[in-house]
Amino acid sequence: MGTLSPDSPWTIWVIFSPLAGAVFTFLWPRRARLAVPLVALGTVGSVACLVWQVAELGVQSHALGGWAAPLGINLYADGLSAMMLLTTALVGAAVTFYATEYFRRASETARYFWPLWLCLWTALNALFLSWDIFNLYVAFELLGLAAIALVALAGSADALTGAMRYLLVSLLGSLTYLLGVALFYSTYGTLDIGLLGDLTAPSAASWAATGLMVAGLLLKTALFPLHFWLPPAHAAAPTPVSAILSALVVKASFYLLLRLWLEVFPVTAAGLGHLLGLLGALAIVWGSLQALRQTRLKLLVAYSTVAQLGYLFLAFPLALSPVAATAWSASVFFILSHALAKAAMFLAAGNILRFAGHDRIAELGRAPYGVSLSWAAFGVAGISIIGLPPSVGFAAKWLQLEAALAGGQWWWTLPIVGGGLLATAYVFKIISCVFSQNGRTSGTNGISWRMEWTAFGLSLAALGIGFAAPQLLALLNSGTPLALHEVGSAP
Amino acid sequence: MSWNASLPLLVLASSLVPGLIIFCLPEEKQRTRTTLNLVGVLLKLALVTFMVWGVQQGEHYETRIPLLPGLDFVLRADALSMFFALLSAVLWLATTIYAIGYLEDSPHRSRFFGFFSLCVTATLGVALAGDMITFLLFYEMLTLATYPLVVHRGTEAALRAGNVYLAYTVTGGALLLAGMVWLHTLSGPLEFTANGFLAGLARDHAAALVAIFVLLIAGLGVKAALVPFHGWLPQAMVAPAPVSALLHAVAVVKAGAFGIIRVIHDVYGIELAAELALTGPLAGLAALTIIYGSLQALLQNDLKRRLAFSTVSQVSYVALGIAIAGPVATIGGIVHLVHQGLMKITLFFCAGNLAETLGIHKVTEMRGVGRRMPWTMAAFTLGAFGMIGVPPMAGFFSKWFLGSGGLDMGQPWVVAVLIVSSLLNAAYFLPVLRAVWFEDPPEAWPAERSFGRSETSLMLLLPTLSTAFSALAVGLLASMPLSPLQWASLVASLEYRP
Amino acid sequence: MNAAMLYALTGAGLFALGLYALAVQAHLLRKIIAFNVMGSGAFLVLGALAHRAPDQVADPVPHAMVITGIVVAVSATAFALVLMLRVQSETGQPHLPEQPSD
Repeated sequence: MGTLSPDSPWTIWVIFSPLAGAVFTFLWPRRARLAVPLVALGTVGSVACLVWQVAELGVQSHALGGWAAPLGINLYADGLSAMMLLTTALVGAAVTFYATEYFRRASETARYFWPLWLCLWTALNALFLSWDIFNLYVAFELLGLAAIALVALAGSADALTGAMRYLLVSLLGSLTYLLGVALFYSTYGTLDIGLLGDLTAPSAASWAATGLMVAGLLLKTALFPLHFWLPPAHAAAPTPVSAILSALVVKASFYLLLRLWLEVFPVTAAGLGHLLGLLGALAIVWGSLQALRQTRLKLLVAYSTVAQLGYLFLAFPLALSPVAATAWSASVFFILSHALAKAAMFLAAGNILRFAGHDRIAELGRAPYGVSLSWAAFGVAGISIIGLPPSVGFAAKWLQLEAALAGGQWWWTLPIVGGGLLATAYVFKIISCVFSQNGRTSGTNGISWRMEWTAFGLSLAALGIGFAAPQLLALLNSGTPLALHEVGSAP
Repeated sequence: MSWNASLPLLVLASSLVPGLIIFCLPEEKQRTRTTLNLVGVLLKLALVTFMVWGVQQGEHYETRIPLLPGLDFVLRADALSMFFALLSAVLWLATTIYAIGYLEDSPHRSRFFGFFSLCVTATLGVALAGDMITFLLFYEMLTLATYPLVVHRGTEAALRAGNVYLAYTVTGGALLLAGMVWLHTLSGPLEFTANGFLAGLARDHAAALVAIFVLLIAGLGVKAALVPFHGWLPQAMVAPAPVSALLHAVAVVKAGAFGIIRVIHDVYGIELAAELALTGPLAGLAALTIIYGSLQALLQNDLKRRLAFSTVSQVSYVALGIAIAGPVATIGGIVHLVHQGLMKITLFFCAGNLAETLGIHKVTEMRGVGRRMPWTMAAFTLGAFGMIGVPPMAGFFSKWFLGSGGLDMGQPWVVAVLIVSSLLNAAYFLPVLRAVWFEDPPEAWPAERSFGRSETSLMLLLPTLSTAFSALAVGLLASMPLSPLQWASLVASLEYRP
Repeated sequence: MNAAMLYALTGAGLFALGLYALAVQAHLLRKIIAFNVMGSGAFLVLGALAHRAPDQVADPVPHAMVITGIVVAVSATAFALVLMLRVQSETGQPHLPEQPSD
């Protein structure tokens, strides 16, 4: 590997390490348990170096094989990419650690989990570094297929039908996106995001392309009312997969939407922005109410994801104001907060499920005492999901409220604040089980300390990283990915 | 980090760290748990006392960590914060000893004392918070840490009460958050400053400032149990007695009342608050709460519920004192933080002693109990006299300053409210006292336990007697230097400095 | 209207046709075929857009995209077919159960 010098192409290593790991674990599955920690370490290390580069030196750009755009493939990392990579690395490392324990016994599931998960990690990293709308499509498709295969690994009827539905939705979403790519290329003759950003102007073709791409991405981000596929798939998947899907995969398509919205789409579409915000607000309310109604723990957590995704979309109307950068930062913080907290929640829920042998909420009372650390993890992650200080979720909520009030769109504070209240209701619906006297649980399956501590560690990270908010904001603004838009969009 | 900058953090750590260790302790390690609790308590008390002394010498204690653009996490010791911090530390000592005795042999003690310690950490954090965002952090932490204590017994009723409690307090927290963000967009930093920091905005944003004030007071009023936000408090009575004592005398309601003082004194400033006509309605609301709480208390037969409504009423004295917006009444309001704390914690301890020793929960079961438990009932009597405002008990001084402060500011109706309230207090306490001392005890108590020669466990009796004695002492020694009254005068004088 | 435009419109038509079938057909095999029709439509659009002036060589970039897209579509189809068989063997039905009401 290259040395830590300003021109080391860490962008390549960030993609290459998990890819090499995926190939290796596929070819030599018996060595997987040995190789995976190294792969994870290598990937996290490369991401750390890249993040360092972005923070210290600004935007990193690398033309693969020396072929510059428009012919070659360009890798590009600014503050936004760095934040996404960092989030992925944190959650990815934790899930990897968890899964070595979860898949301790050799099985078919374990055999395929590692190559698929590392493939997914590759796709995520490639997605965050791509600077070309067609490469984004390829990474996006790879991501989707890996994610769906991971869901299907659980092998149950629920998981298979969930995966099938997810697959159809995913293919539909990416084909729609591809059609948009075709239209953009035919109109402007380039696929490079930077070049497109300079060229795009309002016209029928670019509007059609924008519409197609947005529709495809919304479907894959599961924005209400296109969320129907998410809860069954996320809830039925094996525990580490649920965490990956909810924490990272849906965020990837949101990232793509955000990136294109900021860089490519012709002009800020005020109407579309307000529509997305409205759907986001509805997602918050609807998802939370559905979560509250669930009788199964993992489904509750999955519906909570539907609700939390709604917050991300409130940035679109909030950014139609002088405080756009604040609104976008809030969304990125929500991504980080939700990734950490939801991964922790799913891992905790998985531990509880494995320990109790079921996840029927009404019968979970008294289950706590074998897996008390998992319950603690659920509770601490809940603090971040609700958005209470000092979690990152609070920082995100604060920035979003600030964007709403300073930008003169006070009505958006209602879903933001109300969503927090509803989240309290569904989080404490679970927490109260700890204290409840009624419940039927044998509690026979022991849970290793590693699985418990991973969940707890992630939840603590979600709580504690709030104190690093100033540094994270500085990193995010490297290369001013959010401010670019602000200049161009002044209404 | 310098010594003065780390001291506020140490104060928090002295209960946070033992709390976290206690969570990990197995249930049977009673001795370790008790040691940890007491070491934490004593260390905290020592640190706080040292800081009180330091603040009086003009030392400056401040911890500052950047949190968000333009917002810091600030812990700072000033006269008002030390006043509340010392109160919490002292009462925590009493409550910890009491709780150790009260929960002897009951299940889940590690969990209980873990959250108990978090609760006190949060209360001290509220006291030391140097800006609004830090205040909010600990205010929410207090909500989360008290929930497990309210539902500790795990019964259906407890869980229901816990839900009600959460619904109220989390909504309150959300209102507070909304108000703070709004304020932040107008004013920038949110640091507590003597005489407030909003005077420059009054001209352009008067309407917004009024709306923000309503949001903030509603958010704080939930914890301070102002009518109509008081509904959670009587429900929360299902909690074990030490929790009721802590919730009602110190932590939760006081955090709300303390927040109201902060908002009026150190965010808006008295002058601005009066100029925007904010204090009048607040005084009215407080007066309404005082009367309403007393009336409700009169109707309760359950002893703890009667005490709970009495709390609703008494805590509003603090808000009333601040809202009268005069120096003398302010002293009365602030000092009532301590006075009410001492008196009410005594009363709850007594209620707990009755329940633990004799199984008494209802007022009607208390006939003749003075002969069976004379010490406990003596403490109860002192507390009750204090609540009524009989001189020289502490409560008398609060009422005296409130009343004369009201007259000073040309608001004689305050005196009327105080008289009515005192009469009602007498009406719900005196018949109890008469029955306790002058009626014959029944054949058998509902569920009697024997504690040898003593009337009840010493772990329960000693904290009760010491808080009762303190409630008497702070009244008798009110004119001594460093008495709560003198300290409250100092706080008020900082605010009304010409 | 030139030939390229005709191809492009045909492609769009295929895409719409496939979309319709994807929505209304319950049988999973039909859904997968519908997806392939949609894919062909999208590739046809891409291919048609490569056309520049009549006397010029066609733009190679869309062709490269189509080839990549076909690879992706083939793998996705294979995966979908396997998944369909698994669904059928687990649930006994070649279609998805009714969406749980939510």
